[in-house]
Amino acid sequence: MIAQLAFYAFAAILLVSAGMVVSARNPVHSVLYLVLAFFNAAALFLLAGAEFLAMILVIVYVGAVAVLFLFVVMMLDINFAQLREGFQRYLPIGATIGVILLVELGIVLGGWSLAPQSAGLRAVPIDPNVTNTVQIGRVLYTDYILLFQASGLVLLVAMIGAIVLTLRDRTSSRHQSIAAQLARTPADTMELLDVPSGVGTKGIGFLRPKVKEPAKVAQDNHGHIGHDNHGGHH
Amino acid sequence: MNWQLALPEIFLSCSAMAILMYGVFARPERSFVMSSMLAVGALLLTAMLVLSGTPGVGYNGLFTVDAYSHFAKLLILVAVGLGVVMSLDYAEHANMQRFEFPILMLLAAVGMMLMVSATSLMTLYLGLELMSLSIYVLAAFARDERRSAEAGLKYFVLGALASGLLLYGVSLVYGFSGSMSFAEIGRAMADPKTASPGLTVGIVFIVAGLAFKVSAVPFHMWTPDVYEGAPTPVTAFMGTAPKVAAIVLLVRLLSDPFGALLGQWQQLIVLVSIASMALGSLAAIGQRNIKRLMAYSSIGHMGYALIGLAAGTGAGVRGVLIYMLTYVFMNAGTFACIIAMRRQGRNVEGVSDLSGLGRTDPAMALAIAIFMFSMAGIPPFSGFWGKYFIFTAAVQQGMWLLAVIGVLTSVIGAFYYIRIIKVMYFDEPAPAFDPRPASLSFVVGASGLFTTFFFLFPAPVVAAAEAAAKVLFR
Repeated sequence: MIAQLAFYAFAAILLVSAGMVVSARNPVHSVLYLVLAFFNAAALFLLAGAEFLAMILVIVYVGAVAVLFLFVVMMLDINFAQLREGFQRYLPIGATIGVILLVELGIVLGGWSLAPQSAGLRAVPIDPNVTNTVQIGRVLYTDYILLFQASGLVLLVAMIGAIVLTLRDRTSSRHQSIAAQLARTPADTMELLDVPSGVGTKGIGFLRPKVKEPAKVAQDNHGHIGHDNHGGHH
Repeated sequence: MNWQLALPEIFLSCSAMAILMYGVFARPERSFVMSSMLAVGALLLTAMLVLSGTPGVGYNGLFTVDAYSHFAKLLILVAVGLGVVMSLDYAEHANMQRFEFPILMLLAAVGMMLMVSATSLMTLYLGLELMSLSIYVLAAFARDERRSAEAGLKYFVLGALASGLLLYGVSLVYGFSGSMSFAEIGRAMADPKTASPGLTVGIVFIVAGLAFKVSAVPFHMWTPDVYEGAPTPVTAFMGTAPKVAAIVLLVRLLSDPFGALLGQWQQLIVLVSIASMALGSLAAIGQRNIKRLMAYSSIGHMGYALIGLAAGTGAGVRGVLIYMLTYVFMNAGTFACIIAMRRQGRNVEGVSDLSGLGRTDPAMALAIAIFMFSMAGIPPFSGFWGKYFIFTAAVQQGMWLLAVIGVLTSVIGAFYYIRIIKVMYFDEPAPAFDPRPASLSFVVGASGLFTTFFFLFPAPVVAAAEAAAKVLFR
């Protein structure tokens, strides 16, 4: 009973927020509704007993994908009003196509039947005694450990590639060099002068800074930690 | 579980990551050369691990080590090693001395080793993607050059398309056979009469995806542009090791699980082979850029290699392996010469830039002449023997037409190879090239010696290829 109530509550919020994703005027609101939709879908997965999928949905989709969307929406200067201009004009044809797709989906799903021998083809039948996280872990880290690690290598290559193709140190940027900052002492930069009263700055004259700015390092040394001496900081 | 089967792959990926750590923390001005050296060392050790490995099937049937994969892995490791050595000098001049370069090559090598050991469609796909992704990045490595970025992007987009085709084929084969593992698929189609037509469609898509990787016609369109735009050592790398891996994978896939359907895929391979040979020999004639010329030449060579596959016999597979071996050395040597074509610090790529090389640099001219004669298939150079084993295998199967077309197209192809020799020895000398660095001389010398003197000691290579082919045709 409670599970059913929870299901309807989550499903209703999911549908409403999904509708808001496409109808909200402010794109940032759209993304936030998307996050809400993801959370509710995760709750539905939990109710269905697929807690691993639920966690993955929250971690991957909410934690990474939606945040990425949010950044992109905020960063790109897209004129959403202009994008929405032809909405009224294209509504009839869009709605027609949507209805046709819906009917087709209904026909396909209505005629859906499982072959009786398909159950025997399952590579890993569900074991009701263990949670599905344990079960996925067992398969992933034993039978398919090779593929799991190979996928890790593919992701490593993607990361190296993204860094090597895009990261470049601009010589004009002012890097923070923590070692240089820590090595600085008051004696390096400050000078205490005895100023006779009534003389003012005129009598002392303008003072140049005591230390020169360190030279900038004008070479491509990304990903390189320590022993660099670039950047000025005050 | 026998995890040591993949020890060479595990070692190579761990050393790639260790070198990555070294590169991050080392001084930037030294890290490129040192990590390249470390990479060559890692490749050598991996080759020893491959040699000492024992055959077997492991990882739940996903991964197989046998004589066939041994042969391919050693060849791949040698090709990658030559690629790393060739890039040493070029990177210095092209201002791409970043330590990630050899690391990406090592990771590509891991992908290729997975490919040739794959006995499951999933291992196949992951190995292929690991290799391809590394090569996409390598092709765009000279990121400040528009041509290199264009080559990388073009290769990436078309490669993604090919991966899509391959995956679609994989899903069809999985759907109609009920398994991803080669052994199970082979059992499902043991009787060609009851095999579903869906399987044939799946095979066609898989062949299309892999034909893209070996740049066989009609999936070759990317080759000339990417070869021309990518930094020359990357082109050399793309032209050798990945071709070996993809051809070896294609041969294993078609003759092991799909072997029973020989009649279905044979016509396909024959067509692709004839089209590749014809295009490779005809389209190269008009090329003025030597990298583009080599691209068309590689398309033609893949056509010849596919003849051996089309024969569908152990002799054919033996021919393919020997052909790929000779091809790797010819190609690596030629590209080392192309990298050495440099005037006042700038690389030149025109065929006409070679004019009079016979008088300005006789040693290099001799080396190029050897490679060109070998590619044209003129005895006693190694290229002739590769073609010999391929054509005899085709003739044994009664595929006279294929063999005759192969011989005819190699005669046409000989025209542009020999034109390069004519330009080098009979044209007015152009200004001399810059002095050749030792690393390139080493690659040119090693591959030149192999290409020239292969006919003296063919027995061990032929025996190894024979043993490898026996795995697939017991």
